[in-house]
Amino acid sequence: MKILLKGGRVVDPANGRDGSFDVLMDGGRIARVGRDLPAEGARVVDIPSGLVVCPGLIDMHVHLREPGQEHKETVATGTAAAVAGGFTAVACMPNTSPVNDNAGVTEYILKKAAEANLARVYPIGAVSRGQQGEQLADIAELRKAGCVAVTDDGKPVATAMLMRRALEYTRMFDIPVIEHCEEQTLKGEGVAHEGIHASALGLRGIPGEAESIMASRDISLAALTKGRVHIAHMSARQTLEAVRFGKSRGVAVTCEVTPHHFVLTDELLGTPVPYDTNAKMNPPLRETADRDAMLAGLKDGSIDAIATDHAPHHYDEKKVEFDHAPFGITGLETAVSLCFDRLVHAGVVSLARLIELLSVNPAKILRVAGGSLADGAPADITILAPDMKVAVDASKMKSKSKNTPFDGWQLRGGVAATIVGGRPVYVNADCGLRIAD
Amino acid sequence: MKKDLLGIADLTADDIHLVLDTAEAMREVGQRPIKKVPTLRGKTVVNLFYEPSTRTRTSFEIAEKRLSADTLNIAVAASSVLKGETLADTAMNIEAMAPDMIVMRHASSGAPYLLARICKSRIINAGDGMHEHPTQALLDAFTIRERKGRIEGLKVAIVGDLLHSRVLRSNVLLLTKLGADVWASGPQTLVPPFLDALAVHVTTDADEAVRDADVVMLLRIQHERMTGAFVPSLREYFNTFGMTSARVANAKPDVIIMHPGPMNRGVEIASDVADGPFSVILEQVANGVAVRMAVLYLLAGGTEGD
Repeated sequence: MKILLKGGRVVDPANGRDGSFDVLMDGGRIARVGRDLPAEGARVVDIPSGLVVCPGLIDMHVHLREPGQEHKETVATGTAAAVAGGFTAVACMPNTSPVNDNAGVTEYILKKAAEANLARVYPIGAVSRGQQGEQLADIAELRKAGCVAVTDDGKPVATAMLMRRALEYTRMFDIPVIEHCEEQTLKGEGVAHEGIHASALGLRGIPGEAESIMASRDISLAALTKGRVHIAHMSARQTLEAVRFGKSRGVAVTCEVTPHHFVLTDELLGTPVPYDTNAKMNPPLRETADRDAMLAGLKDGSIDAIATDHAPHHYDEKKVEFDHAPFGITGLETAVSLCFDRLVHAGVVSLARLIELLSVNPAKILRVAGGSLADGAPADITILAPDMKVAVDASKMKSKSKNTPFDGWQLRGGVAATIVGGRPVYVNADCGLRIAD
Repeated sequence: MKKDLLGIADLTADDIHLVLDTAEAMREVGQRPIKKVPTLRGKTVVNLFYEPSTRTRTSFEIAEKRLSADTLNIAVAASSVLKGETLADTAMNIEAMAPDMIVMRHASSGAPYLLARICKSRIINAGDGMHEHPTQALLDAFTIRERKGRIEGLKVAIVGDLLHSRVLRSNVLLLTKLGADVWASGPQTLVPPFLDALAVHVTTDADEAVRDADVVMLLRIQHERMTGAFVPSLREYFNTFGMTSARVANAKPDVIIMHPGPMNRGVEIASDVADGPFSVILEQVANGVAVRMAVLYLLAGGTEGD
């Protein structure tokens, strides 16, 4: 079936496009992008002025929690949240129960994704068996089953030797090792950024160096091995310095930052709600200098991608003492609005650069389809509404969990529609788009 | 005052003076042959202790009984915290029985805030993790004011484990609000970052902190601090920071020596100092009852003079 998206502003940085174009989709693929394309039997969808058509957004760091923690999220609810947040694809972390360290778990996740039939799901396998940091997982088998990267996310790869081997071994498949950077002895029992706010509240601190020391180790090992390392959810200015150093030496290092790390600071620990467990995530919200460094890195190109680290937790699990609450917040359904409000409208990055961060670069890093509206590419398209007024309401979110610190926020910019494989899977009724069948 | 007493951070200087003035009147009750007034008759106070405590729990219980409140103690073993009922569920169950006040001690910083969000009962923080211990700071202030006649302008040296101490946090907040010249001293490994942001002199030279001090307050050094590599040994700590007679000699001639207890004799304080003429450690304990009576009375809705 053919659909012609007519008259929108198309922003497609991979193909150097930014202007008024029509997009013709046929059989789940992009057939043509051009000006004044004839309908030729396609259903014509007029794009209201002000909306932006771009390659589908890809969130390269989410926790879908299935198998094993279905009370927090499932592949079905997680991908429903993804498409509502404008993401046509997500890459899901292996710290499920059991761990995604074998083809059986990978296939199970992909089966659930096919049943949900919403966003594309790219599983990420474990580096080590059971994420125990001792023996490599069967990475060739994971790759064959559909994994696009490996990581021991939730913790770092335990030893320098194992990381070295992982970087060497993954070269055979050209997949990155995604690293949760955290020097465990420095982190200790820390629950928040080590700074004046945690200190005044009597919370145990985690210094930025816990992250940068591990990132430095991994960048050195990537240089040694010529493997590819991707630094997950970077939060500390010292880590950004390490990444810049690595890049300047030609090391294959890339990195991502989450919206909460470029929007929030550790001030949230004490205000407005003291000890709000939705201010507890790992890595922790850092101080203003770190937040500003993340904005600078997004602006100058040192940061490659924006990913949410969508970490759903049941409300029972978060309604406990700060020390006992699990780390993490949801992110899929707030990311686009936060990016527009705090990056594009604030003049930090252009819209084209934002789409590189959310689509082009994640596709490149993971070597997956997408990130481009080239002829013949899968018709994964996000239609953005840059000026939409968004009132964040956690109770209305598609995610099974509601653990977000952004509830009640008023933001400018949102998602009008999400199209996966030529099929509209999410339409925001308020945008005047008549796209659904 | 607010509904709850969660920390000194929430109090104004006027609030603090109100508590101290009220405590003066309460102390008189403790000096009568029949140490009981009907002020809180018919009020129910729950002492919910998630951490072992002898001094603080006893002090609250005596204060409650002297005010004729109905009291009950719930001691939750630390081992059952993680596997048992959540704090939120415990709080809702207690709340269902409609107590008027809950006094809570908990090992996690901020736990009383969670309780206060759930409960209509008034909450008194009896010490939360490394955060605050507001009634301790109030009784310390009461003791200083009684001995010195004022707090403003006094040099107060606080020496010990600054990093892990809720007593330090509450005292620094209170003493700076009332205009004391606060000095904090301890090993560099035990100096918390937030002290720099407050009007506190931080020094790792204990002698500099103690020199000409009107008040020297010691903080407990936990034995487990050695395993965290905060201090090499208790012996080295005592030699560097321990309060000996020789150190005390550099303070003002009428210095008072304070300790919130429990003391490690021969670690943060030499026995001859603890038992010596400058020590007001047992006065602190005695004043604790009066100050807690004042807090209970004020939170129960009383105002001074009625």
